[in-house]
Amino acid sequence: MSMSKLRILVPVKRVIDYQIRPRVLNNAIDSKTIKFSINPFDDIAVEEAVRIREKNKDLVELIHSVSIGPTKAQDVLRTCLAKGVDTSTLVDSGEQQLEPLSVAKILKEIVMKNNSNLVILGKQAIDDDSNNTGQMLAGLLSWPQATNAAKIEFLEDNTKVKIVREIDGGEETLISSLPLVITTDLRLNTPRYVSLQNMMKAKKKPIEKLKLSDFNNIDTTQRLKTISIEEPKPRENGIMVNSVDELVTSLKNAKAIE
Amino acid sequence: ASTLAFIETTKEGTVSPSSLSALSAAEKLGQPVTALLLGNEAKKAVDYLKSNLKCSNLEKIILSSDESFDNYLPEIVSPTVVDLLKNDKFSHFVISSSSVGKNVLPRISALLDYQPICDITEIKDPNTFVRPIYAGNIISTIECTQDKKLISVRASAFDKIPQGTTENVEVEEITTNASELKPQIEWVSANIVKSDRPDLGTASRVIAGGRALKDKETFENLLNPLASKLNAAIGATRAAVDTGFCDNSLQVGQTGKVVAPELYIAVGVSGAIQHLAGMKNSKVIVAINNDPDAPIFKASDIGIVGDLYEIIPELTEKL
Repeated sequence: MSMSKLRILVPVKRVIDYQIRPRVLNNAIDSKTIKFSINPFDDIAVEEAVRIREKNKDLVELIHSVSIGPTKAQDVLRTCLAKGVDTSTLVDSGEQQLEPLSVAKILKEIVMKNNSNLVILGKQAIDDDSNNTGQMLAGLLSWPQATNAAKIEFLEDNTKVKIVREIDGGEETLISSLPLVITTDLRLNTPRYVSLQNMMKAKKKPIEKLKLSDFNNIDTTQRLKTISIEEPKPRENGIMVNSVDELVTSLKNAKAIE
Repeated sequence: ASTLAFIETTKEGTVSPSSLSALSAAEKLGQPVTALLLGNEAKKAVDYLKSNLKCSNLEKIILSSDESFDNYLPEIVSPTVVDLLKNDKFSHFVISSSSVGKNVLPRISALLDYQPICDITEIKDPNTFVRPIYAGNIISTIECTQDKKLISVRASAFDKIPQGTTENVEVEEITTNASELKPQIEWVSANIVKSDRPDLGTASRVIAGGRALKDKETFENLLNPLASKLNAAIGATRAAVDTGFCDNSLQVGQTGKVVAPELYIAVGVSGAIQHLAGMKNSKVIVAINNDPDAPIFKASDIGIVGDLYEIIPELTEKL
């Protein structure tokens, strides 16, 4: 059985850079002057899509990226295009915060519109840490899902995909046919850096621009209400000890050992 | 109002450690609890639950022994849970945020058109929950305005359900369509790292090693005896995992396991922000490092500067 070519969709999110420690200002995350980047797990998803094309000649017809977020999210789409993604869509949601359920519903429409048969995205975004979108999208599409992928391999004339995924205490192996949603874990690959030359070339690649109002059949009202956000209380100053005997005594005093 | 609690079984027919915490979170909601157990080991695990655990609010157990549920493929588990949750009597669904919970809960929620509340660390009241965001650098308090609350709980943040017995609980065996579902995805095999040590995610003591341990042999020779002495799980930093000192499943941090044991001993760990995110809620943190300027000391309760090769064997002996 031969398979139609891959039309890969890679959803990406713009998040506060992973090296920056977010601070709370006036009951909101202070995001005025800090650096934003592509969500690291989504970066791994982009890299994997590009590698699938590099490794399997003629298998991939199109790699399309989509980002749902503020206008500035087009910066992360430019990075995707510079890394080898062909085309992209920005769904400009302005200042509105979207929950994963709404994001998954929008992505479902993008999947249908683009006739995608493989979606690869990060296992979670490092801002809200929800770890929801991939599984939700798979559910809404009635597609199988392979989350936390550590290895992806095409089998049997590319009609099947073998996925090794991270689970508590080890890993498990799945084999799926397409269409399929895959979410990426850290070990899958190490994303490439973008050369200035490719960044310049990417400026010529297309970004389709849509607005939330283009999806007015989808109710994006928030289901969860954030009552407060705060930084965790700092740990009280610890003590330094000078010998193992002192260490053992301190452990006993702290009731950490008998 | 009542709670449906999804309970994972082990291959030995007991209740998985993270589900022991999910059960106590379900009890905390203060409503009658129905436990759901699926798969070949379900019956054995129900017996285990009744004769080993004290679940004060448990009024009913629903089980299916259909082995199609083994390995908890979300494509097979979700339809059954969705069917049960359509019953108006359930106002809450609770599952552990284990790799199974993380995999199935969002799918179930989307199929029912609910936004779940994932990886909670505290229940304020039946509608209000605390969950860390930004890798634990920010703590958010969330109110859920949906009529059903679908929750996954971080096992390390909740006590395990106490030991004891649970009697006079109704047990219902259900038939499902699980064996007729033929998902386009197939479970092939699992490779679980064998260990006699406690599970890292729920252990009450953790010994973690960092890059300063030089190589795999040193990592094992120094940490194994200490971990055995304390009956502790072994963990590692991302740097230690990447250098090949130990298996990836032992990684503690933003991209690995988040743990909160009674005692966390960091050996040769520098204290990168990504690692701290995975362990800073531990009760007592001990740092052992030869670099007095290592940031880990700022995050610890007890610190000692010195040669790891002398301190660790001496500590192992004196405990």
